[in-house]
Amino acid sequence: MSTEEKVIQIIAEQALLEVSDVRLDSTLESLGIDSMALVESIFAIEEAFDITVPFNANTPGDTDFDISSVASIVAGVERLRAQQRTT
Amino acid sequence: MKRVVITGAGTVNPLGHTVDQTLAAMREGVCGIGPLALRDIERLQIKIGGQVKEFDEASRFSRQQITLYDRFTQFTMAAAAEAVSQSGLSFDGALAARTGVVLGTAAGGVSTWDENYRAVYEEGKNRVHPFVVPRLMNNAAAAHVSMEWNLQGPSFTVSTACASSNHAMAQAFAMVRSGMAPAMLTGGSESMLCFGGIKAWEGLRVMSRDACRPFSLGRNGMVQGEGAGIFVFEEYEHARARGADILCEVAGASMTSDASDIVMPSRDGAARAMAGALVDAQINGDRVGYINAHGTGTAANDKTECAAVGDVFGAHATQLMISSTKSMHGHLIGGTGAVELLACIMALRDGVIAPTISYLAPDPECALDVVPNVARMAQVDVALSNAFAFGGMNAVLALRRI
Repeated sequence: MSTEEKVIQIIAEQALLEVSDVRLDSTLESLGIDSMALVESIFAIEEAFDITVPFNANTPGDTDFDISSVASIVAGVERLRAQQRTT
Repeated sequence: MKRVVITGAGTVNPLGHTVDQTLAAMREGVCGIGPLALRDIERLQIKIGGQVKEFDEASRFSRQQITLYDRFTQFTMAAAAEAVSQSGLSFDGALAARTGVVLGTAAGGVSTWDENYRAVYEEGKNRVHPFVVPRLMNNAAAAHVSMEWNLQGPSFTVSTACASSNHAMAQAFAMVRSGMAPAMLTGGSESMLCFGGIKAWEGLRVMSRDACRPFSLGRNGMVQGEGAGIFVFEEYEHARARGADILCEVAGASMTSDASDIVMPSRDGAARAMAGALVDAQINGDRVGYINAHGTGTAANDKTECAAVGDVFGAHATQLMISSTKSMHGHLIGGTGAVELLACIMALRDGVIAPTISYLAPDPECALDVVPNVARMAQVDVALSNAFAFGGMNAVLALRRI
């Protein structure tokens, strides 16, 4: 499973949606992901990819990890995995 | 209905090992938050907290006591000794038979759980110390207070997360006011600054990595602390008859439930708790000069709390002072309301308003007088102490100068 497929699967599960309902340009808000589901999604992503996502629920926009869309989350995960491989 | 006053106070917290040390630190805006020293800190992302430093258990307690006292109980016993000593009460006869202990803690002996889970899971041991259960149980601290001071009346422990102490004190207040008990020891304690305790909070993604900055622009979460605050609540005529030094009156209390979300705070629940405390005390809102805020430093709490203050006090909201001493001692979770009550007593008795330190710049969503960074002198006749817990359980106390 690709990074994109896995991220979409995690988000779909949290949003209680079918995988086919989650598009790359979807925003978390449009999928009905609230703050608790967001924290759970990030935890699931960290567990799935064995990465640490820099995320503070108090300042969700104040981080390099862009959560504005599914595509930006996929890109962020890929970047963190690449960083992990080089360290 | 009886009137209820406070005749003794004691504490151990990151700002001091006594009330005097703590109030001096609050006046000076001292920050008790710093790098945590604990086992496996390198495996934590959150590395700061308000730890109680230089608390020498061996010089305070016997070996047998230490065997039975988790750190949250040790803090409680030290604070209770100070409070009882100040009150001048000695408990025997009918007073002892009717006086009890109601304390708050969110999680009791967390370090004892942590150490013994390590022993059996990590180290593979198949045997633990025989007193693990009496050491970790949530009512251990209240039980040891009752035993040490011969308090034979109603005693129990209240656990409502971050409002535990306030719920406990509201209950003790109700018991003295109703005449059920002539006096009660009350307050709360918490000590979860161990690997498992911090790891659990880290998971929630609401912890700051640099500072607790309540109401400030740029705040980024809460910081944990540890410690205890214990008080002697006493029936007013009983205190007067023996010429006790009265620290302040507990004039009213209110408890509400948001009945909405397990972690997100509710403006309405907070407002109803503050308004309820004023109604219970039969005090008009415009007489309130100071509010010790719940003020956790999270995005959600602080803006919700400020909005609720606006709802309750209207135009007076911008006239009163509201500060969060969590900026100095961190969030003592189930013990926090008890330590924060000291700031209310200081406001009423000494006319000193504890500041909200680590404050960077005003947040338009928290546009109240939050006493930024520097303490202030002001005469205050009535103060409120807020606590709003996970679970949507709120408890507010109203205190009056006497």
